[in-house]
Amino acid sequence: MLLRRTGTREPPVATIAGMPLTTWRLTALGIGLVVLAVIPFVMKNFYIFQITLAIIYAIAILGLNLLTGFNGQFSLGHSAFYAIGAYTAAIMMDGFDIHYAWTLPAAAIVCFIFGFLFGLPALRLEGVYLALATFALAIAIPQMLKSSAVEHWTGGVQGITIIKPDAPFGLPLNSDQWLYLFTIIVAVVMYVCGDNLVKSRTGRALIAIRDHPIAASAMGIDVALYKSLTFGVSALYTGVAGALGAIAISFVAPDSFTFSLAIALFVGLVVGGTGSIPGTFFGGLFVLFVPNIAEQFSKGLAGAVYGIILLLVIYLMPTGAAGLVRLISSRLVQQGRAGG
Amino acid sequence: MQLNKRMLLASIAGLAVVVAGPALAQKKYSPGASDTEIKLGNTNPYSGPASAYGLIGKTIDAYFKKVNAEGGINGRKINFISYDDAYSPPKTVEQVRKLVESDEVLFVFQPLGTPSNSAIHKYMNSKKVPQLFVATGATKWGDPKNFPWTMGWQPNYQSEGRIYAQYLIKNHPNAKIGILYQNDDYGKDYVKGMKDGLGEKAKTMIVSEQPYETSDPTVDSQIINLKASGADVLFNVTTPKFAAQAIKKAHEIGWQPIHLLNNVSNSVGSVLKPAGLDAAKGVLSTAYLKDPTDSTWDNDPGKKDWIAFMDKYFPDGDKTSSFTAYGYSVAQTVAQVLKQCGDDLTRENVMKQAASLKNVQLPMALPGVMLNTSATDFFPFKQMQMQKFNGERWELFGPVMSGDVGS
Repeated sequence: MLLRRTGTREPPVATIAGMPLTTWRLTALGIGLVVLAVIPFVMKNFYIFQITLAIIYAIAILGLNLLTGFNGQFSLGHSAFYAIGAYTAAIMMDGFDIHYAWTLPAAAIVCFIFGFLFGLPALRLEGVYLALATFALAIAIPQMLKSSAVEHWTGGVQGITIIKPDAPFGLPLNSDQWLYLFTIIVAVVMYVCGDNLVKSRTGRALIAIRDHPIAASAMGIDVALYKSLTFGVSALYTGVAGALGAIAISFVAPDSFTFSLAIALFVGLVVGGTGSIPGTFFGGLFVLFVPNIAEQFSKGLAGAVYGIILLLVIYLMPTGAAGLVRLISSRLVQQGRAGG
Repeated sequence: MQLNKRMLLASIAGLAVVVAGPALAQKKYSPGASDTEIKLGNTNPYSGPASAYGLIGKTIDAYFKKVNAEGGINGRKINFISYDDAYSPPKTVEQVRKLVESDEVLFVFQPLGTPSNSAIHKYMNSKKVPQLFVATGATKWGDPKNFPWTMGWQPNYQSEGRIYAQYLIKNHPNAKIGILYQNDDYGKDYVKGMKDGLGEKAKTMIVSEQPYETSDPTVDSQIINLKASGADVLFNVTTPKFAAQAIKKAHEIGWQPIHLLNNVSNSVGSVLKPAGLDAAKGVLSTAYLKDPTDSTWDNDPGKKDWIAFMDKYFPDGDKTSSFTAYGYSVAQTVAQVLKQCGDDLTRENVMKQAASLKNVQLPMALPGVMLNTSATDFFPFKQMQMQKFNGERWELFGPVMSGDVGS
């Protein structure tokens, strides 16, 4: 390396077909954004609605990924935060007639506080024990939403029906198109913030805690504080997704947020790739569409088909979709070098 | 000559149009219907916590196979599209939107579960697509004024409550009633039906009301309180687990009231057996469909047809389950509505015909328990018959009673 630096040649930039990897990334991102922007104007409302849901799940998975992928803490209870976000939005809209856009920051704050407070005692728990504690949360929340103490607000088992918002400023969009664009805007903000977070000093601290907690604390990182904060931020993301989900579905009920939602988010996390931010998007698509695809094969065996698809995915992409992309691009880079 | 011939042809063609005109005009279609096919949509929990109910969807599917094998309805085949919603309301919304917007079905019927139906209630009504014969007993599904596109099917909880009230007023006018109920809309619907049915006498007859939460471990203390209140009638509005507990506890403490058990929990296998058949002896409840396990009906043509259908089109189906009898009956109701529609297969006419059922006797419904609807009455089943548990099975007794909520 030293020799090269002193030589005339620049340090080699990873390239595929002559283009640097970063350019490829930016191009892919640009194409992705263009595709997302075009979707509402070329597709049927129903598909727009489905993709909206997939993006909402992707945001929730991103929240889980910050916790698990970057900070190494396991959670099987993120459906609870999703539920809290959803109910915050529904109660504000139905009970207080508050504009839906305001419910997102409110859901974010409520879920951050809730996640942070849950994170404090959970600090004493590691790995599987933490997974179990969060699992308890996922089981408890739907029941608690039904309890008579809060029934006045939550509507008990019947849930709350809310009104689907129309496009503002007289925009010529139907409510599905508008909600899609609204979700995309929120998603972009959330993804940019998430990306900045993991690339910052704080992000490095989170990753250091994941990789080697003792070394991290020796470096002066306040492990306890960072872990709790990560829990809070993770809950915040999932809560915002929950609020968006409530608005898109226009209905919340305890049965919407059972343990199977927590598992779905976890599946999306692993399939998309732990520790990858773009991977969460793939995870969202997987969570929404693969059960439907499985059902098309056979109604009776939908569960088995889903299992087989999941096994294949894990087998073919053991590090998730993001891992596969990374693998392919590094192969291509090596080929390029060998060729050149 | 040439010209004349042409004119002749033209006039014949014109005549043909005039003749065919009215016939063509009578055929009217909404999305999902055509000369050859009628597309119907449905969601059912084939997976997830409530997947036992998936049997209903499978039975409906089998029934339409039979209908199609026999030539369809008014010459049109039924294309029954049923998706899994796993009893999750967001999934129901997604699947129902797929049915309406992508598959373009004529209407959706029998979505299962109160939360699932609540989730699509507004959507269906704003899209003006019928949400027919929903599989839940809540009373809110019969509200033609505010939700003209939604209709229930099974007897609703309030109707059933009224039937028990009628029974008490007639047979035990001086009864002291103790009510055990689940503290949610389902439980409160039953209590309201009972109170409305008792009318003026409700205040004097009901001596104690004991609610419980689904999160409670047992209902033991409620039963003890009810006994202590001096009640000699127990109106037991509970879901299966709690129903079994209540029957058992009452027996244990030696309380022998007239025990009215709601229809929701009158399964012999999952409630009365766990409670103890001895303890359950003498319990009263209601029925509206024939119990497939009841040997009373062994020579009944309705049950024989049902057995033949099950053998031929759904051999894997459970013939001891009430769900298969239920699915068979609700599919027949839909077939009846479509028959009445004739060639006017618009969504408006589907609702109109669904609201014009007159004394329809389904083969698996109890004799005399008939379907009736009108423009202001969206509760197809309102009649039930009382039954008593003899320690082995239910025995029907007394007349068919009506618990009309509209009246």
